[in-house]
Amino acid sequence: MKLKDVVERLHLSVLTGQDRLDQVVTGGYASDLLSDVIANSRPNSVWVTMHIHENIVAVAVLKDLAGIIIVQGRQPAPETLQKAAKEKVVIMVSDLPAFETIGKLSPLFEGGT
Amino acid sequence: MKRVTEKTFSQSFSIVGREFFDAGKVSTEIKTMLKELGVDAGIIRRIAIAMYEAEMNVVMYATEATVTLELSPKAIRIVVDDRGPGIPDVELAMQEGYSTATTEMREMGFGAGMGLPNIKKNADHFRIDSVVGKGTRLEISISMN
Repeated sequence: MKLKDVVERLHLSVLTGQDRLDQVVTGGYASDLLSDVIANSRPNSVWVTMHIHENIVAVAVLKDLAGIIIVQGRQPAPETLQKAAKEKVVIMVSDLPAFETIGKLSPLFEGGT
Repeated sequence: MKRVTEKTFSQSFSIVGREFFDAGKVSTEIKTMLKELGVDAGIIRRIAIAMYEAEMNVVMYATEATVTLELSPKAIRIVVDDRGPGIPDVELAMQEGYSTATTEMREMGFGAGMGLPNIKKNADHFRIDSVVGKGTRLEISISMN
């Protein structure tokens, strides 16, 4: 599945990395503890989080994540967007809370990552 | 692409404490460098996890640190030497779930008490020496095999 398909199915707003939506996504990871994401997320996954501060960008870069989905319609800080644009990290926003966002995301990847 | 020769490759980096905007910069630089050198992806992933945790510890608690990266055909060695408050009880700090992070740090998603344990889990060799009031020296190495 391509990232643009995830964007379409979940009705996400893409704030940065619009030119990277053709990349393949193999799964997802949801957590608001950065150490957990660093330790346990897998490359090419999308990360679902509440966080909007700039430190989420480095986590996505280090783990080769396909992108970050910020939930609850929260708007990232300007520094986050600036950094994400520089590092070519895709930041997307879901208007739904985490539970519903993950609920819609999860069936897209059933049958293995 | 550069190649790792018999000779050890070495480079130093600086981390400034409390600079949250730049946090993760050194880890990202090291990851990029190892990728360019053709290091195995699995090893890079372990280094990235350990290095990020070490960098965040410096950013959260210390004043500054010097990171030395050494690469030989056999292993990657990283030393993070910081000037900072030190760790009064290293054994306690090594326990999963234990954290001295402030409310502000926790709100940013830090303070899970997973930092040092994550570093240890991803390293083949792990050593930490700390002097209260002076600083902490962390040394890890990961074998290339």
